Amino acid sequence: MSETNGLKSGSRLEKLLRAGHFVVTGELGPPQGAGGDEIREKARLLKGKCDAANITDNQTAIVRMSSIGSGVLCLQEGVEPIIQMTCRDRNRLAMQADLMAAHALGMRNLLCLTGDHQSFGNHPTAKNVHDLDSLQLMDMMVKMRDDKVFACGDAIKGEEPRFFIGAAANPFADPFDFRPYRLAKKIAAGADFIQTQLIYNMEKFEEYMRRVREMGLHEKVFILAGIGPLKTPGMARYMRDKVPGMDVPDVHVERMLAAGRDIPKEEKKARRDAYRAEGVAITVEQIEHLRQIEGVAGVHIMSIEWEEGVGIIAERAGLLPRPEVGA
Amino acid sequence: MIVGEQKPLQEIKELIGDGKKVLVAGCGTCVAVCFAGGEREAEILTSALNLSFQVDGQPKDIEEIMVQRQCEWEYVEPLADKIVEHDVVVSLACGIGVQTLVERFPDTWIVPGLNTTFLGMPQEQGIWVERCQACGNCILAVTGGICPVARCSKQLLNGPCGGSQNGICEVDPDMECAWQLVYDRLSRMGRLDLMVAFQPAKDWSVSRDGGPRKIVRKDLLMLGEAEY
Repeated sequence: MSETNGLKSGSRLEKLLRAGHFVVTGELGPPQGAGGDEIREKARLLKGKCDAANITDNQTAIVRMSSIGSGVLCLQEGVEPIIQMTCRDRNRLAMQADLMAAHALGMRNLLCLTGDHQSFGNHPTAKNVHDLDSLQLMDMMVKMRDDKVFACGDAIKGEEPRFFIGAAANPFADPFDFRPYRLAKKIAAGADFIQTQLIYNMEKFEEYMRRVREMGLHEKVFILAGIGPLKTPGMARYMRDKVPGMDVPDVHVERMLAAGRDIPKEEKKARRDAYRAEGVAITVEQIEHLRQIEGVAGVHIMSIEWEEGVGIIAERAGLLPRPEVGA
Repeated sequence: MIVGEQKPLQEIKELIGDGKKVLVAGCGTCVAVCFAGGEREAEILTSALNLSFQVDGQPKDIEEIMVQRQCEWEYVEPLADKIVEHDVVVSLACGIGVQTLVERFPDTWIVPGLNTTFLGMPQEQGIWVERCQACGNCILAVTGGICPVARCSKQLLNGPCGGSQNGICEVDPDMECAWQLVYDRLSRMGRLDLMVAFQPAKDWSVSRDGGPRKIVRKDLLMLGEAEY
């Protein structure tokens, strides 16, 4: 992989990372409908609170407005999008076509994902695609950007799509020992940045980062640590017990439970606020911890269906205001 | 082998429709071995259908016949006399057998009594598992002998994905993660290099995606008289 100092995409995210800033990315989920207002509102909540925001792509295989379309609306609201594309729903033809359009519409960050299996979502009878896997998608986008060729080898006659290319990493999935090798594979395939799955088990993440550093991978790719506020003890339990690839130590469930223990059950708003406050407090502690880990270039705050949380957390963690970036 | 499961009785009855004289054709090869469409299953189904239609007040004349292999012309040929006597044939063969019968007996209405499910093997008595997707370009050598096209829910060639936990696929707690198996196998054989290497995009054109496939072996074709 080339190690150029020049900018590959010119995105704000890329510029900040290359300038050595500790970045903050957020996330927003598009609506299950065809109206643009909801996205605009979410984008306004994120504006100025993060350097760029992921826009999910039929996340958990539930149909929502597309990532690229939503990205256009975000851009109009002044928020830099990170487009997500899964391999589940599109073949290589559709991917190239959609990503060329995304580039033309101003998008410059792309996260390449496998995609949750459609059995998780609301259209389990659909045919899944998986023409390419996420590494092959990255490889294809690198060749479009740097070699100016389509996947078939034909030259791109017009402008080439220039994305800052990202991949996900799950330090907690199995086989645990293979995960750093898989990260190396993703870097070799073209990843410029990585966003990890939600981290709750800090010890296990530190172990993962130790192995990543041993392999020198932290110098070849920008790693953003995924974090997110727990909203209720129920959510903590659910994530601990029911979500594949998620590792939530019991202490988090206990802390969440403790936060509401002294508040009578009828005082619903007070309890909700107490839980949220504790969730935010835990996340802020995590950010402080993560800033100490060598090789972590930023945080990716996933505040699902509570986009205000990104700004609240960023502020409490001392990450605001976000830096200005040069031309 | 080809593995299948008999369709529910109600569905088979609906497929028979108005047919009065029905022939249930079992197959003695793959579907017999998975106890879905062999001699015993054909007999049992025939009895069940006869009884059920009787109870409905719409008795039909249903009998069974066995074919050793419904996918080969020489084995289906002997059915010729029997078949013309019937309105509907319920074939308990896999989809290949059904279509072979249809091609040989174009004036007979033939319906499938089986759902052909997959290419697989009997892991233990009573349990069959999918193993092959007939993708047309076998890559078992790079995965140590575990097929990611058939056994990975997302057909990844550079797996595993992030949903692998304790060797189990995110789709179902009973489903093994194929890439965990690949990792274990390649580790055991000291060939993890194969899993670290990047697998480029697959050529799906030799798989079903390229259209229905055909093999012509010139060395095996029957020569005409003039060519001797």
